[in-house]
Amino acid sequence: MTVFMVRRLMQSVVVLLVMSVIVFLGVFAIGNPVDILISPDADQMERERAIKALGLDLPIWEQYFVFLANAARGDLGRSFVFNEPALRLIFERMPATLELAGTAVVMSLVIGIPLGLYAGLRPQAATSKGIMAGSIVGFSLPTFWQGLMLIMVFAVMLGWLPSTGRGQVATFLGIKSSLFTSDGLAHVILPAFNLALGNAALIIRLTRAGVRESLLQDYVKFARAKGLSNQRVVGVHVFKNILIPLVTVIGLEIGGLIAFAVVTESIFAWPGMGKLIIDSINQLDRPVMVAYLMMIVLLFIAINLVVDILYSAIDPRVRLQDVKG
Amino acid sequence: MTAPLVTLVPPPKIETPFRRLVSEFMESPLAVVGLVVLTIILLVAIFAPLISPQNPYDLAKLDILDSRLQPGSKSMDGMTFWLGTDGQGRDMLSGIFYGLRTSLAVGVFSGICAMMVGMAAGLAAAYFGGRVETLIMRLVDLQLSFPTILIALILLAVLGQGIGKIILALVIVQWAYYARTIRGTALVERRREYVEAAVCLGLSKPRIIFGHILPNCMPPMIVIGTVQVASAIALEATLSFLGIGLPITEPSLGLLIANGFEYLLSGKYWISFFPGIALLVTIVSINLVGDQLRDVLNPRLRK
Repeated sequence: MTVFMVRRLMQSVVVLLVMSVIVFLGVFAIGNPVDILISPDADQMERERAIKALGLDLPIWEQYFVFLANAARGDLGRSFVFNEPALRLIFERMPATLELAGTAVVMSLVIGIPLGLYAGLRPQAATSKGIMAGSIVGFSLPTFWQGLMLIMVFAVMLGWLPSTGRGQVATFLGIKSSLFTSDGLAHVILPAFNLALGNAALIIRLTRAGVRESLLQDYVKFARAKGLSNQRVVGVHVFKNILIPLVTVIGLEIGGLIAFAVVTESIFAWPGMGKLIIDSINQLDRPVMVAYLMMIVLLFIAINLVVDILYSAIDPRVRLQDVKG
Repeated sequence: MTAPLVTLVPPPKIETPFRRLVSEFMESPLAVVGLVVLTIILLVAIFAPLISPQNPYDLAKLDILDSRLQPGSKSMDGMTFWLGTDGQGRDMLSGIFYGLRTSLAVGVFSGICAMMVGMAAGLAAAYFGGRVETLIMRLVDLQLSFPTILIALILLAVLGQGIGKIILALVIVQWAYYARTIRGTALVERRREYVEAAVCLGLSKPRIIFGHILPNCMPPMIVIGTVQVASAIALEATLSFLGIGLPITEPSLGLLIANGFEYLLSGKYWISFFPGIALLVTIVSINLVGDQLRDVLNPRLRK
């Protein structure tokens, strides 16, 4: 276990370094921030001073090492646009995104598992066929259009839910979140549902496939022969075994949710990281883009690690060893 | 001596692999519906200039007085806008036909390119092994651990806008899926006896790879291909919607939907609604066909 963790951490550092080079070079290739940040009527002296202040006069590899040295100290540069540390900007927006993604995960589980169980236990029922057809539509729906339609129906036509912003935010146990106020909750429903729908469809299909597969297994037949109640067979024996694929997919999908939050956040004007990255791409705000990407890489590495550890907790057959090769 | 024996008892209908595939495919009515709808969509996209009531990008034909008309209303010169008009007085139906053309062209073309790049990389990895394989597969792993939308977003930010650039971005985003799949299949196929036989015959490496291994790796590639084309279309629409995809001169369905966003809050739903339906129907029908193809082409499910 310890060996596994150490190896994984070392691998993660390598991935981070590789990504930092790719991201830095990639982002460096985008336009010249000088043209955007310095007013066109600034004279040559002012221009040069500004370039020097931003460190843009150094050769690119030197800029990279300055960036790396600063990054090691937790300083990913200052935003050209906001003139604030890029990392702080991201940390300011991160809770909103995590809150949205977290709510979406819970929503997709609450929708997906029961429907998937139903469809798996009664594969021939008309309702099950309906659920499966719905799930195909569910993950074919383009997130952005689905978001617009949700706004159209629930905000414009019915007027039930607000469609923009995060609403009121309250602090509870030191965490600031809009989940603690009724206004905030009303605001989170539409965007979270929008984000959750595609995943819910995926979870339905996975759960159904898992249920159908494990119902044929000997241990289920044995449990039935023992005279266990249907509830116990499904709730304990079947459910435990469909958890394994579910955990993997949910773990991987959390990353996807955070990424796809970019779209949902722009539609619902949700003040999260996704909106920040779109704005900084448009404004060529390099430090924010680099910082955002590095944070995402870190987040993904962390998620993958947690999924692997959860895996071994759920399935004792899996041993956390380093795999050769 | 064996040849005449075979011709003596000709079966009434020869069961070719292709016929078997067709009849198995037809077993699912949903997939057949998907295939029919997809064919219609393809025809519409190909013949868009011939069947559209209006050329939506000929500014001379547009009348600003016709803008934001409800579905079914008549234009100043008596034409009916079955699906309404957008902010510039453009017929939505024609806009959707042309948009489908762009969206499908971008999706299919980038899918084919990604498949070729992915196949080359995956086959190389499987055939040469060693360092080549490690390098290619590590790259694949690294790329697949990030959501496609993020990679595409960054690429387009780096590359800038344009139809060629979005295709390039889609190819870069998607090649890894093909590469991983074909490597897996090719590794299995490589150890088959027919490959050994080809080696014994002294055939050249390229001939073995492309003439013998590749054709046997095609079934899973076709399945991945359909799914990936659907996701390429969706991704392109998403990026165009965010304003970093196709330029306004080449409007795809995503851009049409984005144009309707500002009118949505005032209840003018049709500008976003109908292009979205077209997009949805396209993606669903491709997925339905792909779903059935997966079952039909999967050797493990073969009866």
